[in-house]
Amino acid sequence: MDYSLPFSLAIIFGAATLAPLIFRCMKHHAKWLLAAAPQAAFIALISQAGSVSAGIPLVYEVDWFARLGTAFDLRLDGLSLIMGLLITGIGSLIIVYAGGYMHGHPKLGRFYLYLLSFMAAMLGLVLSDNLILLFIFWELTSITSYLLIGFNHEEKSSRWKALQALLVTGLGAMALLAGLLLIGMVTGSYSFSEINGMGDLLQASPWYTAIVLLVLGGAFTKSAQVPFHFWLPNAMAGPTPVSAYLHSATMVKAGIFLMARLNPALSGGLLWEYMLSIFGALTLLLAMFLGLFQKDAKSILAYTTLGVLGVLTMLLGIGSEYAIKAMVVFLIGHALYKATLFMVVGAIDHETGTRDVTLLRGLRKLMPISALAGGLAALSMSGLPPFFGFIGKELIYKAGVKLNGAELVFLGIALVGNLIMMGLALKAGVGPFIGKPNHAALPKKPHEAPFSMWLGPIVLSVAGLVIGIMPFWVTEYMVSPALAAIQGAQIEHLDLALWNLVKPNLPLLLSGVTVLGGFFVFLNRTRFWAVADRVLAAIRPYGAEALYERIFNATIWLSKTQTRCLQTGRLHDYVFMIVLATVSFLVWAIFSYGGLHFDVNWGEFDPLMVGLLIVMIIATLVAVAATSYMVVLVALGIVGFGISLIFVYYGAPDLAITQLLVETLTVVLFMYVILKLPPLKRISSRMMKLRDAVLASVFGGLMTILVLKAVNIQFDHAISDQLAAMSYPEAKGKNVVNVILVDFRALDTLGEITVISAAALGIAALVAVKVKKRKEGGA
Amino acid sequence: MKYFILGYAGRILFPILIVLSLIVLYRGHNLPGGGFIGGLMAATAYILIGLGRTMAQAKAYLRVDPVLLLAVGLAIAVLSGFPGMLGGDAFLTGRWLPDFTLPLLGKVHLGTPLIFDVGVYLTVIGFVLHTTFSLAELSHAEDEEA
Repeated sequence: MDYSLPFSLAIIFGAATLAPLIFRCMKHHAKWLLAAAPQAAFIALISQAGSVSAGIPLVYEVDWFARLGTAFDLRLDGLSLIMGLLITGIGSLIIVYAGGYMHGHPKLGRFYLYLLSFMAAMLGLVLSDNLILLFIFWELTSITSYLLIGFNHEEKSSRWKALQALLVTGLGAMALLAGLLLIGMVTGSYSFSEINGMGDLLQASPWYTAIVLLVLGGAFTKSAQVPFHFWLPNAMAGPTPVSAYLHSATMVKAGIFLMARLNPALSGGLLWEYMLSIFGALTLLLAMFLGLFQKDAKSILAYTTLGVLGVLTMLLGIGSEYAIKAMVVFLIGHALYKATLFMVVGAIDHETGTRDVTLLRGLRKLMPISALAGGLAALSMSGLPPFFGFIGKELIYKAGVKLNGAELVFLGIALVGNLIMMGLALKAGVGPFIGKPNHAALPKKPHEAPFSMWLGPIVLSVAGLVIGIMPFWVTEYMVSPALAAIQGAQIEHLDLALWNLVKPNLPLLLSGVTVLGGFFVFLNRTRFWAVADRVLAAIRPYGAEALYERIFNATIWLSKTQTRCLQTGRLHDYVFMIVLATVSFLVWAIFSYGGLHFDVNWGEFDPLMVGLLIVMIIATLVAVAATSYMVVLVALGIVGFGISLIFVYYGAPDLAITQLLVETLTVVLFMYVILKLPPLKRISSRMMKLRDAVLASVFGGLMTILVLKAVNIQFDHAISDQLAAMSYPEAKGKNVVNVILVDFRALDTLGEITVISAAALGIAALVAVKVKKRKEGGA
Repeated sequence: MKYFILGYAGRILFPILIVLSLIVLYRGHNLPGGGFIGGLMAATAYILIGLGRTMAQAKAYLRVDPVLLLAVGLAIAVLSGFPGMLGGDAFLTGRWLPDFTLPLLGKVHLGTPLIFDVGVYLTVIGFVLHTTFSLAELSHAEDEEA
């Protein structure tokens, strides 16, 4: 078995675990060592490109919870290869960049921990061949993303936005889980590679509509499609390396990835095609419209990312061969230029102190390397030859002109989207560097960013240029295997050479229109800024985010109201409610076992036990009537010791000893508390006492009946007999109780001692708060 | 010393209780006893000291933080599960050394379930004492206030 896949995951998870320690030892040199981990994974993955492109996926399988369909199955095919290389390749550059961007931040070690954990989770997600395993990694990316967006947790808005992203994606994930379980139910398999061969079965099933809607619920929230788009621009509250990595190159593509992964199984139905193409198109249009009015460079990029996610979804929905080809190429190109642009914007922010594009001008002389990277990336994003972005855009138009009739509207939407996107690309990537310098208006005196911060942008933007000029390697080893994976077909030979695309035909004409329109948008950018505040304020109350806030507040209101009703803060009410609930279950249990009828042989009772019981009943009555805590305590102690005597009498010494010790300890612990309590007061009214007495008698009576009935019901003794028989030969112990505790059911015991440890810590924490308050109050 | 008789009795009983708790821990596999009961007994020994004198004194007897006992106990219990996995069996499968005879103890057999029980023993002591010490501290703070 080949271990490259688990190795890739393990080395990044390992680096994440050690990151805080490494940071403490190596300070700002830590970034180089930590970046080596994803780099190693990158090499491990790319060395498999040859066999993957030959149609032989790399598989690593380990059984996990076989009965629940969960297996630790990893699989590297064309699609996961592309995603894996982007995740690890861009990941290592981002680590280096973050080291420069957050230089001197005291919590940088923690940041590396989160970032690398995310990276490993994301890699696990794309490599999973099992639905449940994918879901686990999917949730891990949501959680790490939450930690990263809210990294500046001292700010309230950061926390709010992080929570928003978590709630939206988390809610979607619930839908996704239901969808995945339905897929498993219909096909009887939880393996992607098996399910993808069962498309007909799924589409014929009555659950098909539910499956599509639920899976898309997960994918659309994760990839920020309308109407769940609003969390993505808000996620920009995270540090810039996070935005560059999670919210443009990797995590937001997880939804796209999932749709592509399930495309062979779920596409074919009209529902799938319509949902994807229509929601994708809506997302693109909305994102471009809102993007026009943004002034913060990071927001501009966020909205273009949103637009790209829309394009990718739309292309997947159109589903023709050209469309899928365009989608794969566009996905790669976008990851390269968008990560670059985010890093460049972060560098500008870092060096000038602002991201406001209305202030930023003429930085090219002071930040030449960043200017070069930003310019290259913006041109690639604009879709100009010879950049890789050009190939992606040409393919979109090629797919578009093949559409007929009403579907041609998607071509129009793509044209408008691309045109505005080019304008926005120039606005964020080129605008800050050209024009007359205006350095006096900036908060800081700008200079070039450090090496660690321009390394990533340069590498990625030059990569976008190189593979644009020479796309053979990428098409051969990445695009065509991915096409095969998405379409569920054989790998075919592709030719995406530039000179084949530059032909005087309709797509090229559309490209020309895009370029002209894009420049037009760029030149008129100030007009949009002039009305930005008014337009955005006018539409905000009707947006999806306003709806989210309303639902959020309504939920809080509901939970507060029900808490006020149920949690009165009075122990008396709590006990009453708990007992009442138990009584209702008891009634249900008793009547499902044949009502109040029971047989009992009164002659079996020993006079000794009867005497003991009478003593215990008297003690109970004394406890009820007592007027001081001390008497209550002693009376309850008598009951407890009586129980341990019963255990002794019926031959359960272990239980008896335990009961005795616990009883003793309880009395001692109560002493500490009780001496501090105010004297017992009669606060209940006569009616309340009556009510409580009735409830208590019913509860006690029902419990008694239940126990008496339980004696009559013949349970299977096989288990206890078997345990007793195996105790000595198998576990070398004659005390069955102990053998069960430490051997047969040791895992349960382990769980129990973990719980009591947590309880001890909880009690101590509660007490510590109180002690502190008293001391402060007293001082 | 708060209460002379209780304090004096505590000092005499303390070592006896601790030894007894260890015996109960050890014999648990074949006779009534085990880590849970042993742990409760040992914790009682410390509480006896605390009642006779002060809880601070009991803490000093313990020397280590009860939280450490919780952590070490849990760690021992978890670690005792791994030897079973070496032979390809499930986590926490029992593994035993060959029996041997010691003077005083007679026939001895040692195995991972006993180690697991030691983990339970320590965790239980940690739980009881951590809780007791916290509550005692609270009532102490209130005494000062009064």
